[in-house]
Amino acid sequence: MNSSVIVFPGSNCDRDVAIALEKLEFKNKMVWHKETSLPKSDLIVIPGGFSYGDYLRSGAIAGKSNILNEVIKAANNGCLILGICNGFQILTEAGLLKGVLLRNQKLKFIGKDVSTKVITNDNRFFKKYANEQILKMNIAHNEGNYYTDQDHLKALEDKNLIALKYCDEKGNTNKENNPNGSLNNIAGIFNDKKNILGMMPHPERMVDNVISNRDGVNLFSSLLN
Amino acid sequence: MKITDSIIEKHGLKLDEYTKIKDLLKREPNLLELGIFSAMWNEHCSYKSSRIHLKNLPTKGINVIQGPGENAGVIDIGDNDAIIFKIESHNHPSYIEPYQGAATGVGGILRDVFTMGARPIALLNSIHFGSPDHFKTKSLLNGVVSGIGGYGNCIGIPTVAGETKFNSTYNENILVNAMAVGHAKKDKIFYSKAKGLNKSVVYVGSKTGRDGIHGASMASAEFDENSEKKKPTVQVGDPFTEKLLMEACLELMKDNSIISIQDMGAAGLTSSSVEMASKGELGMELDLEKVPCREENMSPYEMMLSESQERMLIILEDEKEKEAKKIFEKWDLDFVVIGKTTNTNNLTLKYKNKLVGEIPIDALASKAPMYNRKWEKTNLPEKKINIKDLKKVKLEDALLKILSSSNQSNKNWITEQYDQMVMCDTAQKSGTDAAVIRIHNKEKAIAVTVDSSANYCKAHPLTGGKQIVCESWRNLISVGAKPIAITNCLNFGNPENPKIMGEFAECILGIAEACEFLDFPVVSGNVSLYNGTNKKSIFPTPVIGGVGLIKNTKNKINHSLKKEGNIIIQVGKTFGHLYQSVFFDEIHSIKEGPPPEVNLTNEKNNGETILKLLEKNLLFSVHDVSAGGMLLSLAEMSLSSNLGLKIERPKELSNIMEYYFGEDQGRYLIEIEKKNTDVIQKILKENNIFNEIVANVQKDYFEVVGELKIKINDLYNINNKWYYNY
Repeated sequence: MNSSVIVFPGSNCDRDVAIALEKLEFKNKMVWHKETSLPKSDLIVIPGGFSYGDYLRSGAIAGKSNILNEVIKAANNGCLILGICNGFQILTEAGLLKGVLLRNQKLKFIGKDVSTKVITNDNRFFKKYANEQILKMNIAHNEGNYYTDQDHLKALEDKNLIALKYCDEKGNTNKENNPNGSLNNIAGIFNDKKNILGMMPHPERMVDNVISNRDGVNLFSSLLN
Repeated sequence: MKITDSIIEKHGLKLDEYTKIKDLLKREPNLLELGIFSAMWNEHCSYKSSRIHLKNLPTKGINVIQGPGENAGVIDIGDNDAIIFKIESHNHPSYIEPYQGAATGVGGILRDVFTMGARPIALLNSIHFGSPDHFKTKSLLNGVVSGIGGYGNCIGIPTVAGETKFNSTYNENILVNAMAVGHAKKDKIFYSKAKGLNKSVVYVGSKTGRDGIHGASMASAEFDENSEKKKPTVQVGDPFTEKLLMEACLELMKDNSIISIQDMGAAGLTSSSVEMASKGELGMELDLEKVPCREENMSPYEMMLSESQERMLIILEDEKEKEAKKIFEKWDLDFVVIGKTTNTNNLTLKYKNKLVGEIPIDALASKAPMYNRKWEKTNLPEKKINIKDLKKVKLEDALLKILSSSNQSNKNWITEQYDQMVMCDTAQKSGTDAAVIRIHNKEKAIAVTVDSSANYCKAHPLTGGKQIVCESWRNLISVGAKPIAITNCLNFGNPENPKIMGEFAECILGIAEACEFLDFPVVSGNVSLYNGTNKKSIFPTPVIGGVGLIKNTKNKINHSLKKEGNIIIQVGKTFGHLYQSVFFDEIHSIKEGPPPEVNLTNEKNNGETILKLLEKNLLFSVHDVSAGGMLLSLAEMSLSSNLGLKIERPKELSNIMEYYFGEDQGRYLIEIEKKNTDVIQKILKENNIFNEIVANVQKDYFEVVGELKIKINDLYNINNKWYYNY
C-alpha cells in the first residue's frame, strides 16, 4: 500500500501520522505543498496542524493550494483520503466534504482524551472495528464544531455517512459528552462514495500503549489491502 | 544631536554609567550608540546586579555539556543524546498585553532551544497571578493561558506541565515564566561563538518592524519628531513563522554550514551581534541598509533596537550561502547577508555607505557595569503561635476548604487548553508530579517539572531557595526519574532596595547549597528584577525547572492509586510544621513564621531510596508530600484514580492538624502490596528512614477514620468547583 502525507507550512502532525503509517508497513511519502503532482498513492493523508498559520480561516488557504488540486483529482478517481483535524477542515474548505467546522462552542482550544463511537463499519476505514465500538481518542483543536444544513444532515444520516460521534464511556451521545458543540455530536464524516473520511480526533496519537492506547491502529490497518 | 541628561535618563541609564560610556568610547556617543549601550547595559541583558551572586551557583557536573552563558543549557543523557533546556520570564510584557506577552515568551524560549540544534520536545510554564478577586486577574489569566496555548499548539510542541498560583503580591505584576526542552545529538550542538574572519553574517526569519523597540528608548528625541509612528513596546508573536524558522534552521543544521547561530531575542539585532562577536573575540560589521524591514523608512536606531520576533543571526561557512539560501526560500523566509566578521573588535554599523556607529565589543559585553549592591540578611522568623489557641476547625471542613481553594483546586481547565499529545511522545501529561516525555525512537524518557514556593522564600529566602530545589528533585523522583540538572528563573523585586537584594542573594545561596548537595547543577537560567509597582516588590519567586532521566519509558510511575487492598506508607518523618503552610494561610489566614526546615541529607537519602524501591518494582504509585501536607497529597492520589483510601488516625497524636497538614520536607507516599510491607520497611530501616503505614486503598470513599468519609465523586466535584464558580 502506498500512502502520501501532504505537508503544508504549519502542518504539525505530519511526522506523527507518517510514523503510524510506517509502523503498519505503508510505503509512505511526504509531499510538500509546492509539488504539482502526487506520487502513486492508494491513500492520501492530510494531517493536523495549523496549515498556513490558520490565517484567514482554518484550512482556507490550504484548501486552495496547488497540491489540493491534485488531491481532488485523486479523490475523484477513488483514492482513499483521510483528513485529520486541520486535514478535516481543509477537506471541507476544498469542497471534498460538505459542512463546516466552526469555533468550539466555548471559544477555547480543547486538548484532551474523549470517548467516540464508531457509527458505521461498512466502509474501508472502520471495517476492522465493531459497530458502536467505543474508542478513546485524543482531540486537540480550536475549530471542531461541525455544522451543516438540515438537508445535508439528513443525507448523512440516511446514507450512513456519519463515521464517528462523541459519546460517554458507555456510548451515550448527548450534550454533556459533546466537547465542542458539534451538530449531533459528529466527530467524523464520509463523502457519498465513502472514500473520503474527515475526522477531528487524532487516530495517529492512539497507536502505542506506552503513550496512550492502540484504539487508532485498526483505522490504519483497515486500509491495508 | 546633543545627548542631554534627559535623553540619558529616558534610556534607563544612570549619569555615572554615561560617564563610563564616554570613557570607554573616548568620546560622546551618538544617539544610535547610546541606544545600543542602553540595550546592552540594562539589567535584562547585562545582569549587572545579579552577576556577582550568580557565580555562587554550581554549574558543573558529569552530565553537563554546556552550563549558563549560551542560549540554553545542555546535558548528556547517554547514547549521543543531549537535552537542551532553559526557562525565561516574560513578566512585564504579559501584564501589559497578556496574550502576546505570554505567546512571545513561549516563542522566545523555543528559539533559545532550537538555535542550539535541538528539536523542542516539551514546553512548561509557571504562571503567577494576583488575588482572584483583583479586578484584573481574570482577564490576565485568560489572556496568558490563551497566549501560551496559542503559540505552543500552533507550532506543534506539546505543553506538558506547569503551575498556576494566585497571591495578592502579584496583583500589579504577574509572573509568566516559560520553559522549553529540546533533544539534540550530542555531536550536533550549535553555539553562538563566532569564528573566523570575513565570514558572512546572515539575517534569517521575519522582517524587522517597529514592534518591541525598547520602552525606555521610545521617548527619545528622534521618536518625538515622528510620534505617529510609535508602536507598542510589546512584541507580537507569529507561531506560524516560528514553525517555518524552526524547520528551516533544523534542516540547515543537518550539514556543516553553520559556524555559529544566535536568536534575536531581547535587544534584537544588537544583542545577537554583540554576543556572537564577543564570544568569538572578533569584530562585526553590519550594513543596516540590507536588514529586511517590514515598514518604510526605518532608522538604524529602530533596526538595532527592534524586538520583532522570529529572527535569527547566522555566521556561515564560506561557499555555503547558496545552499543555505535555498532552504530558507523553500520555507518562504528572508535570508540576507547583512555583514561580516572583522578583526577590529568593534561593532561597526554602516547605513547608506556611511559609518553610523562604532563601538568596541568589549565595552558592550565584558566591560558592562557590574554592581555589588548592598544587601540585608533575612533572619529566621520566630514561632509565636500556639496551635491550641487557634479557633477549632473540623478536619473535614479544613480539607474541603483547601481542596476548593484557588491554589489547590484542579487545574485541568487550564491544561485542557494545551495540546499535550502532539509529537506522540508524551508518556505522562500534566497533573502528575512531573511530565514524562519519551525520547523519539528510543526507550528512554525525560521527566520535567517546574516549581516555586514564594511564601517560603519570602519568610526565609535561604531556606526557601533550598526547598524549591528539593521539591523539584522530589517531583522527578516521584515519576521514577533520576534527577540530572535544573534551569532557574529568578523573579525578584527592586535590587536597589537592600532588603530585596538580600532576598535575591540568599535565595541563590539556598539554591546553590541544595544543588551542590544533591549533585543537581544549574545549566541555564534567567533573572527578572524590578518586579513590582510603586516601590512595592513582589515576593521573591525563584522558579526551578528540573529535568531527570528514566531509562525505560515503561518504568515511569505516577501518583494515582492502582489496586484495592494495597497499603500506603509515608516515607520520611512528620513533625507537624504549620508555619507558611497552606493550612495556616487558607484556614487561619496566618502568614507569619518560618518555612519548614530543609534537611538535605534526609532529602537525598529518601529520594535515592525511593529510586531503589522502584528499581525492585516494589511500588505501585508514588507521590511527594508538599504544599497542603500529607492529607492533601493522599487526596490527590485518590482524585487521580477512582479508588478511595481508608486513613487510620495514629493513636498518639499531639495535634491532628499538625499531623495531616504539616509541610515537613523530604516526604513521599508510596503505594505497595500488603505482602511486601516487611521487605519494604526493612529496606527503609536499613537506610535509616522513618516510615509509617498511613492508609489502605479501598473502593469509593476517601476516609479518615472517625473524622471524615467522602465519596470520591463528591471529592472530585469539590476539587473542581472553584473554576466553575469563577
